[in-house]
Amino acid sequence: MNTATRAERWSGYALLTVMAIAVVIPFLSVFLASLQPAGTPVVGLTWPQRWSWDNYAQAWSVAGFSDLIRHSLTIAAGVVPASLVLSALAGYALGTMRLPGGNAVAAFFIAGLTIPVELIVVPLYFDLRGLGLTNSYLGVILVEIALFMPFSVFWMRTHFRSTPVSLVEAARIDGASSATILLRILLPLARPSLMTLGLLVFMWSWNQFLLVLVLIQDTTKHTAPAGLGFFVGQNSTDVPTLAAGTIIVMLPILILFVIFQRSFIAGLLQGAMKG
Amino acid sequence: MRGRPQVQPVSSRRRSPYRGYVYVLPALAVYLTFAVLPALHTAYLSLFEWDGVTLGDWVGLGNYQEILQHPVLRRSVFNALVLVVFFSFVPIVLGLAMTGLLGRHRRPGMGAYRFLFMLPQVVPLVAVGVTWRWLYGDDGLVNQAFRVVGLDGVTRAWLGDFGAALIAVGLVGTWVLSGLCMMLFLSGVHKVDPSLYEAARIDGAGPAREFVSVTLPHLRGELAVALTVTTVAALASFDLVYVTTNGGPGEQTTVPGLLVYRLAFSEGEVGLAAALAVVLGCVMLAIVYLVNRLSRSQS
Repeated sequence: MNTATRAERWSGYALLTVMAIAVVIPFLSVFLASLQPAGTPVVGLTWPQRWSWDNYAQAWSVAGFSDLIRHSLTIAAGVVPASLVLSALAGYALGTMRLPGGNAVAAFFIAGLTIPVELIVVPLYFDLRGLGLTNSYLGVILVEIALFMPFSVFWMRTHFRSTPVSLVEAARIDGASSATILLRILLPLARPSLMTLGLLVFMWSWNQFLLVLVLIQDTTKHTAPAGLGFFVGQNSTDVPTLAAGTIIVMLPILILFVIFQRSFIAGLLQGAMKG
Repeated sequence: MRGRPQVQPVSSRRRSPYRGYVYVLPALAVYLTFAVLPALHTAYLSLFEWDGVTLGDWVGLGNYQEILQHPVLRRSVFNALVLVVFFSFVPIVLGLAMTGLLGRHRRPGMGAYRFLFMLPQVVPLVAVGVTWRWLYGDDGLVNQAFRVVGLDGVTRAWLGDFGAALIAVGLVGTWVLSGLCMMLFLSGVHKVDPSLYEAARIDGAGPAREFVSVTLPHLRGELAVALTVTTVAALASFDLVYVTTNGGPGEQTTVPGLLVYRLAFSEGEVGLAAALAVVLGCVMLAIVYLVNRLSRSQS
């Protein structure tokens, strides 16, 4: 049995490695391009003769990527905590209490899982402009919270439904109020689920493009992806700076992915499976 | 048990069955105001001819009729369907093939591979688009590779090429989504009871037979998910198309999402854009519903 699987095992690794290389090469190509001296013509996958980090400084300050990153972080700092709080509250009630019509409300949230940005962005622009919420981070934050709410509520409801009923019952008999049960007993247990949800929401907020493109027309207020999309239209020939900018835009999410890869992958796969 | 009768009346006096909705209301309010109402508002706008500035004219279903007739709009729907092949069909087939080849054993070190395969899933699609824009360029990696093997004649600016642009964009989708499909299927296979494989082997089933009669039926749930996620990604491919080709050359890579944006915000055809958005949303909803329905009714 072992001898039979040995060849199989190594060919498996070889196959996996080929696929992995196919995934990595585009990233590598951009990374190497970002290290080439500015202004030089760059071809495909070329090892830089001299490692030059100047492009990063150039992209960061002159091309304004530091501002873009700051704007993206501002939006995420609003979206992530609000999403966690609102969805934990709703998920708690829909997952542990017997609410009349609770299942219908849960289904109403779940139906929103497929709302694409394209479907809501047109009237949002006109409505939010009337309220003075275009070119404003608050507008983007509110819409993103709403857009991610179906998944967030669904995720937290699934979590709370899986916590043992006896835990809640016991606390109830001891006279704990529903708020106390949530704060003292269930939330500490929900920390891993909340963390995964927080990471996913941060990622979706960070990567959001169309919504920002429409709601924030003032380019000095753009977020990282919107700024990158705009920059590529303006300076598509300055490959090294563009490459550095691309890396800068990916970096925050990459760092989080490296640190929390378990939560991330579990969230992406389970989130897809449950959704 | 003895304590219970004393507590019960207290708790039932305090708790109206609707009280729990206090917890649901904040989430529901935000969701309704900034997602559900705008979606309904889109449907309402789709019944008007409106330039976004002056008063709109009621045209009923006229905008929907125009979607069927307008050549650019029809082209965008066709392009979206081609993208479904590359975003959905190819990654799923590739994922299944890899699962058939790899799924029979657990391998140490899968964590590192999983990390790499999921990488395209987490980075912004805009950054992915910019990356591939450079790879497909005159001096990009794709042309470099062709030159290395002596196929200089094939080289071109792929995204500007009338015949190749749509396929080039589609292959970016294949690159993004293949890893996800593979990881979904592999994690699904590992949930299958190993004794089923042993039984199949004892019955003399070869790898192909084993894949068809043991692996595939157990992956029904994962297949449904992969189909849903990838098709939705293909239909909502705005980010990728916007930064790689912006619909060009000509209308070769125009997709519905791009047209919604263009019609509403640069061509002053808000009603038509809204109608297209409604059609797109309905198609997505229908696909998700159908796929889930099919996968549940058979299992």
